[in-house]
Amino acid sequence: MARILETATEPVSAVDVDVITLDLVENALRNARYEMDEVLFRTALSPGIREQHDEFPLIADPEGKMVVGQFGLSIPDFLDNYSGTIEEGDVLLTSDPYSCGAAISHANDWLVVMPVFHSGRVVGWASMFGHMSDVGGKTASSMPTDARTIFEEGVIIPPFKLYKQGVLAEESLEIILNQVRKPDWNRADLNGIVAACRTAGRRIQEMCDRFGTDTYLSALDALLARNHSAMKTLLAMVFEDGKAISFTDYICDDGVGFGPYELKMTLTRTGDKVTIDFTGSSPQAAGPINYYINENLIRMFFGIYMITVADPQILWNDGFYPLVDVVIPEDSFWKPRFPAALSGRNHGIGRVFDLLGGLLGQTNPQLMNAAGFSSSPHFMYSGTYSSGEQQGEWFQLYSIGFGGIPGRPMGDGPDGHSLWPSFTNIPCEYLESYYPLRIEKWETVPDTGGSGLHRGGNGVDVAYRFLSDGEIAIHDDRWLTYPWGVLGGEPGARGTKWLEHLDGTREVLPSKCHDVPVKSGELLHFVTWGGGGWGDPLARDADLVALEVRRGLVSVDGARRYGVVCSDAGEVDATATESLRAELAAGRPDPLPIFDSGPPMEQILANALAETGLPAPKPPVARV
Amino acid sequence: MAHRLGVDVGGTFTDVLLIDTDSGRTWRVKTASTPQDQSVGVLRGVQRVCADAGIALADVTEVLHGTTVATNAILEGKGAKVGLVTTQGFRQVLQIARSFVPGGLAGWIIWPKPEPLADLENTVEAVERVASDGAVVTALDAEDVRTKIRRLKAQGIEALAVSLINSFANGDHENQIGAIAVEELGADFPISLSSHVLPELREYERTVTTVANGYVQPQVARYVGALADELAANGVDGPLYILRSDGGLASAATAAANPVNLLLSGPAGGVTGAAWAAEQAGFRDFLTFDMGGTSTDVALVQDLTPRIGRQTRVGDLDVRAASVDVRTVGAGGGSIAHVPPLTQALRVGPQSAGAVPGPAAYGQGGEAPTVTDANVVLGYLPSALAGGEITLDVDAARAAVRTIADATTLDSVEAAASGIVDIVNENMFGAMRLVSVQQGFDPRDFALVAFGGAGPLHANALGRLTGSWPVIIPPSPGVLCAYGDATTSLRDEAARTYIRQFTDTTDDEIRTALDELAATAKATLSAEGVDEADMGVVQSVDLRYHGQGFEIPVTVDMTAFDGEGGGLAALAARFDAEHERLFGFLLTNAHEVVTLRASATGPRPNVGAETLPPGTGDDEADLAAALLVRSDIWVSGQRVSAGIYDRSKLTAGAVVTGPAIITEMDSTTLVLPDHAAEVHPSGSLLITPVTGTTQSQEG
Repeated sequence: MARILETATEPVSAVDVDVITLDLVENALRNARYEMDEVLFRTALSPGIREQHDEFPLIADPEGKMVVGQFGLSIPDFLDNYSGTIEEGDVLLTSDPYSCGAAISHANDWLVVMPVFHSGRVVGWASMFGHMSDVGGKTASSMPTDARTIFEEGVIIPPFKLYKQGVLAEESLEIILNQVRKPDWNRADLNGIVAACRTAGRRIQEMCDRFGTDTYLSALDALLARNHSAMKTLLAMVFEDGKAISFTDYICDDGVGFGPYELKMTLTRTGDKVTIDFTGSSPQAAGPINYYINENLIRMFFGIYMITVADPQILWNDGFYPLVDVVIPEDSFWKPRFPAALSGRNHGIGRVFDLLGGLLGQTNPQLMNAAGFSSSPHFMYSGTYSSGEQQGEWFQLYSIGFGGIPGRPMGDGPDGHSLWPSFTNIPCEYLESYYPLRIEKWETVPDTGGSGLHRGGNGVDVAYRFLSDGEIAIHDDRWLTYPWGVLGGEPGARGTKWLEHLDGTREVLPSKCHDVPVKSGELLHFVTWGGGGWGDPLARDADLVALEVRRGLVSVDGARRYGVVCSDAGEVDATATESLRAELAAGRPDPLPIFDSGPPMEQILANALAETGLPAPKPPVARV
Repeated sequence: MAHRLGVDVGGTFTDVLLIDTDSGRTWRVKTASTPQDQSVGVLRGVQRVCADAGIALADVTEVLHGTTVATNAILEGKGAKVGLVTTQGFRQVLQIARSFVPGGLAGWIIWPKPEPLADLENTVEAVERVASDGAVVTALDAEDVRTKIRRLKAQGIEALAVSLINSFANGDHENQIGAIAVEELGADFPISLSSHVLPELREYERTVTTVANGYVQPQVARYVGALADELAANGVDGPLYILRSDGGLASAATAAANPVNLLLSGPAGGVTGAAWAAEQAGFRDFLTFDMGGTSTDVALVQDLTPRIGRQTRVGDLDVRAASVDVRTVGAGGGSIAHVPPLTQALRVGPQSAGAVPGPAAYGQGGEAPTVTDANVVLGYLPSALAGGEITLDVDAARAAVRTIADATTLDSVEAAASGIVDIVNENMFGAMRLVSVQQGFDPRDFALVAFGGAGPLHANALGRLTGSWPVIIPPSPGVLCAYGDATTSLRDEAARTYIRQFTDTTDDEIRTALDELAATAKATLSAEGVDEADMGVVQSVDLRYHGQGFEIPVTVDMTAFDGEGGGLAALAARFDAEHERLFGFLLTNAHEVVTLRASATGPRPNVGAETLPPGTGDDEADLAAALLVRSDIWVSGQRVSAGIYDRSKLTAGAVVTGPAIITEMDSTTLVLPDHAAEVHPSGSLLITPVTGTTQSQEG
């Protein structure tokens, strides 16, 4: 438990805060949070942060409760696990999920936590974590897909003072940076994260000056209370008392041959509170896909889903946390035992989007989305330039791919986009300027989005021609199970990756692999998955289907899934369409299924090799 | 005798300002805009203002025009049907964009994705490939692309954009396609090549900018052509210039060729107008605050020079084009206040009542409480003094605002109205922080120039929030854009991407490249008849640490490039200073050049200000002569008596002490208690806190 040293001793009194001041503080907090992003984006060096924005800011109240942020991380758990003192000018750093109650969930994420002092007392916390492209270990980018323990995943920094009363712990930092492959990236990104936290600190201090510390802190309490009361009302409105709802989805495999892993979420409201229970989920995985999740993160995720639709302008905060109990079984996928490997947890995090959609959509039609691009699949390429001016120089790329947003209550899912906020792709011209790569194709794949009244977004095919020998690594999923459709919508297509060798042969790559050697001249197709469809595809406007045929987003054959018959030029044959639609309608179950996850699991597994080119994984076994 | 004519076309009114450049005397005319063909309204205004001034149209030496034709084409989705040629494999570059979804963690659920400006069915791929160093990997298949362009022609495209991968490094293939397109589509067909429009790295940004150029080009060309013809036909001899987004002027022909540079022509006019007014009042550093019915634009001006950004945002569209760094926030007089039942928070905007139905007080069927209604409730817009055009319905405004009081714990209609005003002010304050604090500038070092229909009403409160004094209300705040149009100078910029680490280049290389760019920019002005001796040239370099994704523009001191080899070191020092100021740390990575730029500016026109007559010497009597009536208004929860003054009757040197309201034809200024507005001889009102009684809240 951290001990915080404050020179001010008199307590701050609670004061009434009028609704106007409250909104002013809310607005200023929101601005400060975006300013944190801006500072980091503009100064970071690693493409993962500067181009793709793999980072998460947070501002908390003196107790560590988040008052604004984009994605929770838990300062209270961090402080509980830190045994030293904390005083003005200190800046703390960690990358060890097991030392901070999973405030971060793999060692690539470097978490900075900074107290904000005003007139001798802590008035809040600024915090941010960012994904470092490399933190050392046995493979470039530090996410070996066959890791069985966290010790294989690079340097693990326990919580320590990066700055002690404003003075940088240079030696410690140098020791850490000596472990990684691209120390200048880590140094710059870390500098940017600290600068962002300091910016937030200044904004908090300015608010204390402007409104008075008592008013500022009371306003935070009121903002937390606002979330609490809003959530209380919502919970009663949306969930029937005592009735459990449940949803299950999967992670296809764990990188070492086992899968699929079952992820189960059950929600029950009892009075004012709900319980989210992960019981029934698979045991801890053998490979590195475990998603060690902090309870507060689940609360956050759940809350954001619930509140965003009700008041999009609200500032999410921790205020409603007491209303949500979370049960996570020990030794499970969600709470693995130290020193389980964690680096490939991005699928687990992403799959929470789908899980919450499938769960909450059952009682809240506005949240009834199909399964989407619920991951942030990684593509990594590294080596030394085999020729040219830069011969012998080390290069290293970590990048995130994008796919189909699902069909949504409000309309079609965008093609080739990100489900994660603020992420963007790395431009082709950037990749080609800084890496020995030529991108030969970057387009969405027709028909990969699930059909529906609202079409699921298409997945993307990026074709990378390697211009230097090197090694690649891939972290992907949904190659086996389907991104499901809802309310009659069909599933989207699964993802696939293959290498075209110099002799023209094709090799399908596993969805999780690393240290795969590639030769200059070889071509990788990285094809991501589509989003599921929403609603009855036969009800979609035939002219719109035909227009998408002309646009190359749906094929002539694919149009038939909507019961639309059209020419190669995208002209609808109205009569043929009418009869095809009647025929398809007659052959369907009535009512249409709420969820369509494709064929039964046994069939998916049985056909795995034939359909995907990859053998079915073995059933997961519990840890002994 | 020379006469410059500034013309600004807004959504409702067209403002025309005639300046006698010798005496500085001005004539203003406000006439209804004619959206179907804006040139009709413009010509009517020009005729009227010349008649008022007693001059012939032939006496107008030049016409300077800020236009929203390009902006409106984007906002209303009424641009041209654009055909797009991409490199094979990149047909969906606009469809995929940057894969970015705005909003928070669940933002994708509620995001309506805008359609690309060039439809996919009108996008074709060229068989060709250039590497990032400009080397040709695959030669262009000319016949294939010719066939595809014919197909686009058959599909009825109205403009063509060509944007190939890595064309920033080598534009040959684009030029070849351009030549083929001329053969197939004709010499007059609008063709935009990305290597000409924006020769910068990042394919999506370059493509969307090029397509946007094509999207607005036919309308802009038609409009500018028609206006030039009509002006000539009616006897105006002088040339027509268009105000660019970066605040410079371009000839009508240049503007029509690169219309993507006009998207912020309107706001740029406001900022340059503010610069003119501030200079007359003796201030060189200031924030601008342009509040209209649906949105507010803010910008920062240092030493009378607006900061120029590389990004232009219109509606949902972000393009890479130089523009005055104006930040827009969806807060205006028409912004609607609402209380989401779940959170009981008071929100203002971004929804707006727009022109129809408008605020409840306008009596056109609007019922939702707007910022204007709140101002009416508080007595800041007295119904008897609304300039006559619109009679304000106070009861309707009160009824609308009452819904907010009822939905919250606020205990009176006035308290709710104050809340609405405070929150909208805070939203606008947020935009001002973006251009000041977030860029490392302390707003207390700046004055604040407020204009637009609603700006002067909220300006004093914004001054309190930012600590920017004085708050300057220029003469005729509603037609300031026309002043900007009339008082700015010709400008052109040339740029090129030139990615080199400092270790891989030399002073000589940089100097040569910058000199070439300067020559290009100056050539444009020479073609407009500007004498080279009258041109000002500013060269700048966008720099970063090797590996960073964003650049910081640094102005080049060319005297450091004297052949002694100190140029790059001087650049590095300037960059480091700027990086330290913005972010508080430095890196040891190599410095890297990304883009070189040169801008050439013509001489600033000599436009003097009119000088207000001084008072009689009896200050009290002078003020009394301008006092229309006294009226009760609500400030800080209290009812107070405020003097209401006619601005046109205020004499130079007069001091109006708050609480007070100063009205004029197109705007109303609120002076808060403990503040005073002094009338500057140039016509501006300068509001400052009354010493000793109040301080900036920012402290």
